[in-house]
Amino acid sequence: MNFQAIDLFTLLPELVVLITACAVLIADLYLPEARKDVNQLISFAGLGVAIAVVGIVGFAWGPTPTHAFGEAFVRDPMSDLLKGVVLVVTALAFAYSARYMRERSLWVGEFHVLMLFALLGILIMISANGFLVMYLGLELLALCLYALVAFNRDSSTGAEAAMKYFVLGALGSGMLLYGISMLYGATGALGFAAVAEAVATQGMENRILVFGLVFVIIGVAFKFGAVPFHMWIPDVYQGAPTPVALFLSSAPKVAAFAMAVRILVDGLPGLASEWSEILVMLSVLSLAIGNVVAIAQSNIKRMLGYSTISHVGFIFLGLLAGTPDGYAAAMFYAVVYALMSAGAFGVLVMISHQGFEAENLDDLKGLGERDAWLAAMMTLVMFSMAGVPPLVGFMAKLLVLQAVIDIGLVWLAIVAVTFSIVGAFYYLRVVKMIYFDKPELDAAVDGARDARIAVSVNGLSMLVLGMFPATLLALCEAAFTG
Amino acid sequence: MLPQFPWLSLVIWLPIIGGLAVIANGDKNAELTKRMALAVAVATFVASLPLWLLFEPGTAAMQFVERGQWIPAISVEYYLGVDGISMPLILLTTFVTIFVIIAGWEVITYRPSYYMGAFLIMTGIMVGVFSALDAILFYFFWEAMLIPMFIIIGVWGGPNRVYATIKFFLYTFFGSVFMLVALIYMYFQADSFSIPDFHGLQLGMTAQVLIFLAFLIAFAVKVPMFPVHTWLPDAHVEAPTGGSVILAAIMLKIGGYGFLRFSLPVTPDASASLDWLIIALSLIAVVYIGFVALVQDDMKKLIAYSSIAHMGFVTLGFFVVFSIVRHTGSADGAAMGIAGGMVQMISHGFISGALFLCVGVLYDRMHSRKIADYGGVINTMPWFGAFMVFFAMANAGLPGTSGFVGEFMVILASFRADFWYALLAATTLILAAAFTLWMVKRVVFGPVGNAQVAVLKDLDRRETLNLGALAVATLAIGLWPKPLVDVMEPSIQHLVDHIQVSKLPERAAIRVQAVPQAVGEPANLAQLLPRTD
Repeated sequence: MNFQAIDLFTLLPELVVLITACAVLIADLYLPEARKDVNQLISFAGLGVAIAVVGIVGFAWGPTPTHAFGEAFVRDPMSDLLKGVVLVVTALAFAYSARYMRERSLWVGEFHVLMLFALLGILIMISANGFLVMYLGLELLALCLYALVAFNRDSSTGAEAAMKYFVLGALGSGMLLYGISMLYGATGALGFAAVAEAVATQGMENRILVFGLVFVIIGVAFKFGAVPFHMWIPDVYQGAPTPVALFLSSAPKVAAFAMAVRILVDGLPGLASEWSEILVMLSVLSLAIGNVVAIAQSNIKRMLGYSTISHVGFIFLGLLAGTPDGYAAAMFYAVVYALMSAGAFGVLVMISHQGFEAENLDDLKGLGERDAWLAAMMTLVMFSMAGVPPLVGFMAKLLVLQAVIDIGLVWLAIVAVTFSIVGAFYYLRVVKMIYFDKPELDAAVDGARDARIAVSVNGLSMLVLGMFPATLLALCEAAFTG
Repeated sequence: MLPQFPWLSLVIWLPIIGGLAVIANGDKNAELTKRMALAVAVATFVASLPLWLLFEPGTAAMQFVERGQWIPAISVEYYLGVDGISMPLILLTTFVTIFVIIAGWEVITYRPSYYMGAFLIMTGIMVGVFSALDAILFYFFWEAMLIPMFIIIGVWGGPNRVYATIKFFLYTFFGSVFMLVALIYMYFQADSFSIPDFHGLQLGMTAQVLIFLAFLIAFAVKVPMFPVHTWLPDAHVEAPTGGSVILAAIMLKIGGYGFLRFSLPVTPDASASLDWLIIALSLIAVVYIGFVALVQDDMKKLIAYSSIAHMGFVTLGFFVVFSIVRHTGSADGAAMGIAGGMVQMISHGFISGALFLCVGVLYDRMHSRKIADYGGVINTMPWFGAFMVFFAMANAGLPGTSGFVGEFMVILASFRADFWYALLAATTLILAAAFTLWMVKRVVFGPVGNAQVAVLKDLDRRETLNLGALAVATLAIGLWPKPLVDVMEPSIQHLVDHIQVSKLPERAAIRVQAVPQAVGEPANLAQLLPRTD
């Protein structure tokens, strides 16, 4: 495993994020309380450079995959797109959170450092080409998230949520590791390509392989929050500070998608008939429980938590199709979901203010009168989540349904659309609160410029991507045809 | 050169962009905003006129076609075009929008820019529905329509608006998602999303029946047909006047249009074997809903039920075709049913729109829609009384008005199919006369009902203009329907020819050959049912 200079280019985005995180860590030591905004500037600069690097690297190498550290690390069209999206979402998260965190005396360097390390974990997961590197990235991400959920140390719900998340997360990681060890035992390899080869020669004969697969899928399902491994999602979303919930609900889902594709599609294609059956069950359960239980929520963060679960069901629908179109559809859905979720939580962050957490549905009442633009953006996000054209959520659902019908599972498509009708109800209820009810609060809404730009970009992207989805879709397709 | 100009795109996007501009302009200068909205509406109508003036009447081919890539990866195209069926509906849409804008001029005081903008955006989207020839583009517009309507009813509606608007949204959303699954299924059969390709698609009987049912749910909710009609009275009662007008005049027509564009040509065999279902539901709508309308004490609800009954006529006209062929062995007269349905749709657009405007006129003055709160309005509002009586007569199908033409054609066509169909359908002439005229009697005539009615002011200039223009349109089609029928004729004839040909390979053209000797025997129906082998 010789180290070569070209490896550095392959992992340039990761390096940029790592350097940024270290820079914030050091700068923070010397910054007085009043000037913590510098951390934000450094982070933005680092994310900007990283986005540019992803673009340049992606453009320079195009569809040919490049590897680093032997075969342990891979850069391909899929990783380029997903990294770009994750970086953008993280930048949005920073932009949304400034005022919220400052008002709660949480505007400290650690916030940026933890977020950036979590981001680094995500980037590593996206590019992992073997079980070990995948696990490394996953744990880096998870540890940062545990700390972030408990970031407001005075909040008992935050501490409780972090504890739950930690215990269940450790269990999930344990399952994953157990599965990996079985697969290693059966195939003698950790790299995805080598595992795939070994599986192809052994086939289903080896029972250990199938057992290993089940445990690995449990690990993946846990990270996604698919039913029945979803228990942590609503509690963690509710307990975490809203900006953390924003991040938690968007970027790691993209990472989970990458993890699923790398492990199942790259590593275990030989077992596709096995895992797609498992995914059918997971997705039907997620669609059903996510959508139905969301109706009963009065806390909007919990509601969005259950909504996440239902969207995960849709992502799995694309994956289980087992065709390049299906993978592309699932990828499109994951990307779009990250943007939608960031937008929804972003609006919640913006309407929270000193000593007040916007987390109940009633807090959105009359938003249309309090701040017309913010209300319009939230409406776009909600209709997008409900899957109503011309918003991008519709395109995402269309692609996934198409992939499912293509392989002849029309009944599954009918199940999915039926539950999306159920889902439409609670998204509509949010719009109803915004426009049809009179405001209960007349507090000013966040006027910070960063957050306003972020929410506008986020909301309008729903419309623009919905009307012109061709480019993003072509990028997703390219990831699976190369 | 002129037909190459993208007229359809202009008519779709002009009101949408104009509507956004109106919203952006805000409410600071409300008068300017309203003028702007009216200008956009009139410009849209003017821009839609070339569709009629440059239309070649002699052909069933799609005209004003625009075709370009939209999402190449799944071969979805930006594919627009109109034929004789969709063109009149587009003109109806742009025409009615003008009056909706005018009707909201003084009444809407809460955020008029949003109100007008939402209606303009609606107009563009509805024109999109009528002109889309790509199934996904069609669905895109079809669903997008829900968002502005949801907001219009929810923000400017009556006291129970939230219930009504959520019910409206979920009903229609429920209806359409199954259509989406059907469309995607057909994409994999036809390898294209283009609607003309769907028309030529060969499908087995099971697939046809399932697709037919998926379409039926979608369109039946929109039309609305019994028993999924219950959202309509709620939505109408709670919607602001403009919302009711758009709902009744245009959105209901979209369901009828869907039957002609999708159900009949895509699944002719399923339509033929399940036509009894549609005919039964249509007749129930005509008779039962007619009686329900009779007992309403709310004017808007009454007109809403009357709309359902009239739309029952439309679906009856569309689906009576197969009975005619079975009964007489030829398709002569089949076109008349469809043409009658189409005329009925256009005419109902004018009449129901005008009736809702009439109720709006009263509501703006008295803030009540209860029939009991009125009486003897004609004493204080003679002009209004004249218009109201005229439109009520038209609603009851008085000869000379457009309401008569469509109903007469449909009844005539149903006579060829089955005497009993015609008999039941014809009860509408009595029922419609009963419920509309009884309402008019209680509201307009008689001694002045109460002190509030005594001080009512007659129509102002704007209201007169609105009702006058619609009255002219109603009379024009009633007295001289030929231009309208001529425009539709080739497209409808083409449709009738198309659905004569079975898509099932083993029994091509059986419906024309297997002329029954003993007419109307169930045995004929059995011949058309799917073979189980």
